[in-house]
Amino acid sequence: MRITEHPILDFARGKKIKFTYNGQELEGFEGETIAAALHANGVRTMRESIHLHRPRGLFCNIGNCSSCLMIVNGKPNVRVCVEKLQEGMIVMTQKGKGELKC
Amino acid sequence: MLACEICVIGGGPAGLTAALHAASLGASAVIIDRNDYLGGQLIKQTHRFFGSKEQKASERGISISRELSLAVEKEKNIKVLTAATALGYYKDGVVTVEKDERFLKIKPQKIIVATGGAEKTLPFPNNDLPGVYGAGAVQTLVNVYGVKPGRRVLMVGAGNIGVIVSYQLLQAGMEVAGIVEAAPRIGAYWVHAAKVVRAGVPIYTRHTIKGAWGKKEVEGATIVELDEQWKPIPGTEKDFAVDVICLSVGLNPLTEILWQAGCAMKYVPELSGYVPLRNEYLETSVPGIYVAGDAGGIEEASAAMMEGALAGLNAARALGYSAPDFNSRRANILRELESLRSGPVGEKIRKGLEKVTLTERREMRSGLSNLSLLTSNF
Ligand SMILES: Cc1cc2nc3c(=O)[nH]c(=O)nc-3n(C[C@H](O)[C@H](O)[C@H](O)COP(=O)(O)OP(=O)(O)OC[C@H]3O[C@@H](n4cnc5c(N)ncnc54)[C@H](O)[C@@H]3O)c2cc1C
Ligand code: FES
Repeated sequence: MRITEHPILDFARGKKIKFTYNGQELEGFEGETIAAALHANGVRTMRESIHLHRPRGLFCNIGNCSSCLMIVNGKPNVRVCVEKLQEGMIVMTQKGKGELKC
Repeated sequence: MLACEICVIGGGPAGLTAALHAASLGASAVIIDRNDYLGGQLIKQTHRFFGSKEQKASERGISISRELSLAVEKEKNIKVLTAATALGYYKDGVVTVEKDERFLKIKPQKIIVATGGAEKTLPFPNNDLPGVYGAGAVQTLVNVYGVKPGRRVLMVGAGNIGVIVSYQLLQAGMEVAGIVEAAPRIGAYWVHAAKVVRAGVPIYTRHTIKGAWGKKEVEGATIVELDEQWKPIPGTEKDFAVDVICLSVGLNPLTEILWQAGCAMKYVPELSGYVPLRNEYLETSVPGIYVAGDAGGIEEASAAMMEGALAGLNAARALGYSAPDFNSRRANILRELESLRSGPVGEKIRKGLEKVTLTERREMRSGLSNLSLLTSNF
């Protein structure tokens, strides 16, 4: 959910861009993190835990805790709380540890 | 390999001030920060700061961070690497950094570690569900990106951060169902608490969170009252339908790089975790590595800036730079730090610092041998 009115802050949002989340097309703004764009679209679950397969979301939002790892453009273990959104990004829920395909 | 005089790890208030002060004496510095902006925690502080005018009180943190970042950009002796994470420190004095998927090596003559702190979590059932956030994490979403993570929040912790963030969530149009505090009294300054109370937010002192519930994400939370021994009183549970739980139960200093460098560390509850021993120049037990700000003990922004200034001046001085007014500048900073930490508010910090500030190198070495058992596990 985006904030439209705020008593102190103005949000200077960048250009509107498109990306996909698990195949579904969504919109975000240039300059924001992938996590912010997903939250704006109501998506709060980022990955599945490795052993118990429990849903995991954002915790620290500063790139410190690794709770928010997702697969971005085929690359696993991307911390979406610090990675900026880009036009056409393919963002997927990560299950397990992730595999690097070379 | 990039050679430089001073490498400042962390571009929050401590790191920025450190670089500016070092540069003011003529030294050159490289600032590394993993965010793609400078300012650290200050970037999301929209409230007016407490403290004295000299320490920029009554200004909003967000404007302080803008001022510092601008000053840093104008300073030709400072190079800034943002979106760059310091990964490690090696025996030969090399700091490794990841930037744009590239691995960089920096060989500085002096290092100032100003990495700040990270929010703590709390053990309770379902604390891993999406919807449970650090309070600062939600503050970043709301104040930096203008995105709300949900509609209705339960805040856990009524210290300054918990209360301030609660108020900012109200400003952003979210509902705050309540603030839970385990202690019998709130820790926040009354000016901030009065605002949320006026807005109708209940504060439950002597209560804690018993658990979160929800199938895939947070749908609610249960709180419970605590007795004099801090034990839950059965039958006093209250349920809240909330989709966000914010934890504001303190921060831990971020000290990985200091551990890795072999700095003598000590657990000091008053400073919120393991912190490095340091001398009055803020130099750790590893010569040439300095610490400043929350990384050396969780305090607040004004103290972080003063410590940054001190570490910056001292590191530059150790490289041979100086100025005619060097001594008076340093004495001023020390006086300001002392006044910041005076009185009952500063008591905890004073007690903590007493345990880690050593006046002689010799003392530091003996501290080191006492702690060698501990560090050798790492
Ligand atoms: C909600 C809230 C309200 C607050 N209100 C007040 C107030 O009213 N008054 C006040 O004085 N203080 C306040 N504070 C405290 C203040 O924000 C902090 O004490 C201050 O920001 C600490 O400064 P710092 O430079 O030590 O660390 P930080 O501001 O945390 O900066 C550390 C920086 O280091 C970077 N970093 C960490 N690790 C690495 C790495 N490995 N590689 C590269 N970069 C790294 C981080 O990205 C960050 O930018 C508040 C804090 C919060 C969270
Ligand atoms: S939420 Fe902690 S690393 Fe992204």
